[in-house]
Amino acid sequence: MLSVTFSPEDRFHAFITTLPRAEPEPGRLSGIPVAVKDNISTRGIPTTCGSRILEGYIPPYDAHVVSLLKREGAAIIGKTNMDEFGMGTTTENSGFGPTLNPADPSRVPGGSSGGSAAAVASGMVPLALGTDTGGSIRCPAAFCGITGLKPTYGRVSRYGLIAYANSLEQIGPMARTVREVSLLMEILTAYDPRDSTTINFPYRHTPDPEIRGTRIGVPEEYFGEGVDPRVASVVWDGITLLERRGAEVVTCRMPSMAYALAAYYVTCTSEASSNLARFDGVRYGPPADTRPPWHEAFQERRREGFGAEVRRRIMLGTFALSSGYYGKYYARAQAARQQVRDDFVRLFRTVDVIAGPTMPTVAFRLGEKTDPLSMYLSDILTVPANLAGVPAISVPCGRSEGLPVGLQIMGQWFRDEKVIDVACAFEQGVSA
Amino acid sequence: MTDTAGAAPVTQPVTSTMAADDEVIIGLEIHCQLATRTKLFCGCSTDYRDDQPNTHVCPICLGLPGSLPRVNRKAVEFALRVGKAFNCTIAQEAEFARKNYFYPDLNKGFQITQYDKPLAVKGYLDIEGDAGEKRVRITRIHMEEDPGRLVHKGGADRPKYSLVDYNRAGIPLIEIVTEPDLRSPREARRFLNKLRATLEYLGVFDSEKEGSLRVDANISIQPKGWFEREGKGKADRGRVEVKNISSYKGVEKALTFEITRQKNLIRRGQKLESATRHFVEARGITTSSRSKEMEQDYRYFPEPDLRPLRVRDRAAEIVLPELPDARRARFMEQYGCSPNHARTLTGELRVAEFYETVAGADAMLAATWVADTLLGELNYRDMSIVRVPPDTFRELLFLLKGGNITDKSGVEILRLMLDQLKESGCCESPRECVNRLGLTVLVTTPLAATGEDPIVKAAQETLAEQPQAVADYRNGRKEAMNFLVGQVMRKTRGCAKPSDVNAVLSRLLEGEG
Repeated sequence: MLSVTFSPEDRFHAFITTLPRAEPEPGRLSGIPVAVKDNISTRGIPTTCGSRILEGYIPPYDAHVVSLLKREGAAIIGKTNMDEFGMGTTTENSGFGPTLNPADPSRVPGGSSGGSAAAVASGMVPLALGTDTGGSIRCPAAFCGITGLKPTYGRVSRYGLIAYANSLEQIGPMARTVREVSLLMEILTAYDPRDSTTINFPYRHTPDPEIRGTRIGVPEEYFGEGVDPRVASVVWDGITLLERRGAEVVTCRMPSMAYALAAYYVTCTSEASSNLARFDGVRYGPPADTRPPWHEAFQERRREGFGAEVRRRIMLGTFALSSGYYGKYYARAQAARQQVRDDFVRLFRTVDVIAGPTMPTVAFRLGEKTDPLSMYLSDILTVPANLAGVPAISVPCGRSEGLPVGLQIMGQWFRDEKVIDVACAFEQGVSA
Repeated sequence: MTDTAGAAPVTQPVTSTMAADDEVIIGLEIHCQLATRTKLFCGCSTDYRDDQPNTHVCPICLGLPGSLPRVNRKAVEFALRVGKAFNCTIAQEAEFARKNYFYPDLNKGFQITQYDKPLAVKGYLDIEGDAGEKRVRITRIHMEEDPGRLVHKGGADRPKYSLVDYNRAGIPLIEIVTEPDLRSPREARRFLNKLRATLEYLGVFDSEKEGSLRVDANISIQPKGWFEREGKGKADRGRVEVKNISSYKGVEKALTFEITRQKNLIRRGQKLESATRHFVEARGITTSSRSKEMEQDYRYFPEPDLRPLRVRDRAAEIVLPELPDARRARFMEQYGCSPNHARTLTGELRVAEFYETVAGADAMLAATWVADTLLGELNYRDMSIVRVPPDTFRELLFLLKGGNITDKSGVEILRLMLDQLKESGCCESPRECVNRLGLTVLVTTPLAATGEDPIVKAAQETLAEQPQAVADYRNGRKEAMNFLVGQVMRKTRGCAKPSDVNAVLSRLLEGEG
């Protein structure tokens, strides 16, 4: 049988775990190396979420998407680095050290799926899986100059994805081209009844670059305060390219953007504070010291096992859910989230897709973002799609200061196909 | 630290005593395991009782990272049956929520339960109260998962270590909360009996399973009429929540103990603070629980991995089976049972089914023998009626009905059978017992029988042995006859019919007179 050997020179530290050999089966991905983000459970292969608290944890089961990859013959050659539990925008918050950006190794690759993006951008693998809670596929795709899709919420099973913020996150494909992303989407969307938040709506689609008559909405807020004018200018050029290919561009407004970031951080930290409660040293990871009373042992294990950003978000989320504050924070965040959804509903009455920059800036220097709040602010353009659950893709759209810039295209619920088509049209326009 | 009966010195002047115009206010929270074949959120079997720890587990019920819950439709249907049977309003949409807290037996760091959108609200259950028929209001019924179980190893006082068994993790539970409508431990017990019977009739509950029912009871003593006036308002006297009651008898015991404790405190003029106490079944007392003084903040929020359940429409499709009240009415009508017999016979599903299996022999006779005799004998032996083969019992009824044995012999045979069943799981047939023990009824023709007849023989012996009683009888003390009949019965080992003995004795006494 064909066997794929993989002895990577991992110059950018894209991987936490690499597997030297894979025995691929026949299938649409037969023999193709695929990298899987390390928060997706792989049977028999360590899965750490970039956290020391899960060091040594070997899942006894495969995530649904991993089963699907194996069924198509893919060679899973490693688990990629990430911000601990997905909490970060740089892949610097990994318990296993930062990943470097192949486009410029003095820069971060973006996050949290920075390892997957670097593995694709450096040519180590053609395909990778990422996960996107508030931009974690699109941001590193933009920073590293590759393509990454966050599917519609409910299109890809999350079974086996170690949860950060269940109501926001999706597993999605990352690759160099839109066609490869589309191929991976066909495989990832096979129905899984084990995830009650999915619906049975497989993606079967060949990208169609014909976009004449497509209406593209461009929200003013995506070119407003906080967005680097140089990045904005590159993205505008990209949108103009789509216009030249026959799309109709209309500017619009998304007033809910004012609350989106707050709604996002309250929601994701609340859910995370609950999701991460299970890491108490009783069942996996380095065991808790069982000599002291159990609650002290739990505290010690969690204090030592989680990194600073994770501890910060657990505390924020715990606070937001506490009695007396729930109404002020969690409940209001859900109301704001509904406003974001309403904005999308309203815009999609008149446009087919919404376009703008993926990130407000190009990739940061390693160590540049020391203040958590300034890092949170860089998620402003990606979180609306997660809050609403709509599909969103980032495609490479030129460079600014010599660094990759991403064009983001967001579509209607379960119209991932349309997003792919517009991205495909753009890609062809660029290469033409 | 066991503060059992308010041992603290009296520091306050006596201001009130437990007067006749005080009353006891009790509300219950009952957790019942639903008897589904698989767990609430995964396909693991719930039938783990005799199996090794951690053998009925999977990534979902272990709460492994990445696993997702999936609602067991059968469990929802079971819960809806209960909601309907308890006359509740079924929610349009019920929603699961996370209850967050840390504990070593809690696999995910949270329990999936229902919070502000429970499955069913505002129902009632009618019971026989201390003062006649009584309606006990049900506040809410919601679904949740059972956590794992800690097994403490090492010394009894200071456990060296604990192990966690997740076989129980994910077993479906319903929590039923009542309004504080119960007024005595006996009413609480009756409510629970009715509740259990109803759950069994619904086919959603197996009371024989250990730990299948757990009760927390809220109890306070208030001036009579306070509850009706103030409802849930602030009372001078605090309310005590007694946790960890795991048996039906335990509920009555715990509440009775708690009433005595609270009355003593009131009598000494001490202030009754609201508190949580723990029931210690082995000692029949409640003790103050130390660690739970601080109110836990469970940080409830909607479970993001599950969609809301649209239950009202589903509930509408459910057809309920016959419930205890209906069956009781039918037993009176169909079998001619007395109200008391009908109540006893329908109080447990297995008893009702057993009765219907044997009623064909003779409905009235069967009612008496099941309700008055069999249940008492089973209770005495701590046996379940399921261990009694109905065919065997029916044969016993036929022997009784045909006059082949006396009632007294019937009881003797029944006891023998039950002892054998308890020992070995099987027993002789009643007919074999009769033959082996020589318990065949003595047939006599009182007026014609001679000294050869065993009853006549026994009667003659008795008259000879008891001259004083004979003299008394002759002197007009007719009660002496009862004594003589008893003596003859003893000599014939209960195999003679009392009426025959009476007739023979009368004839002999008159004949000699």
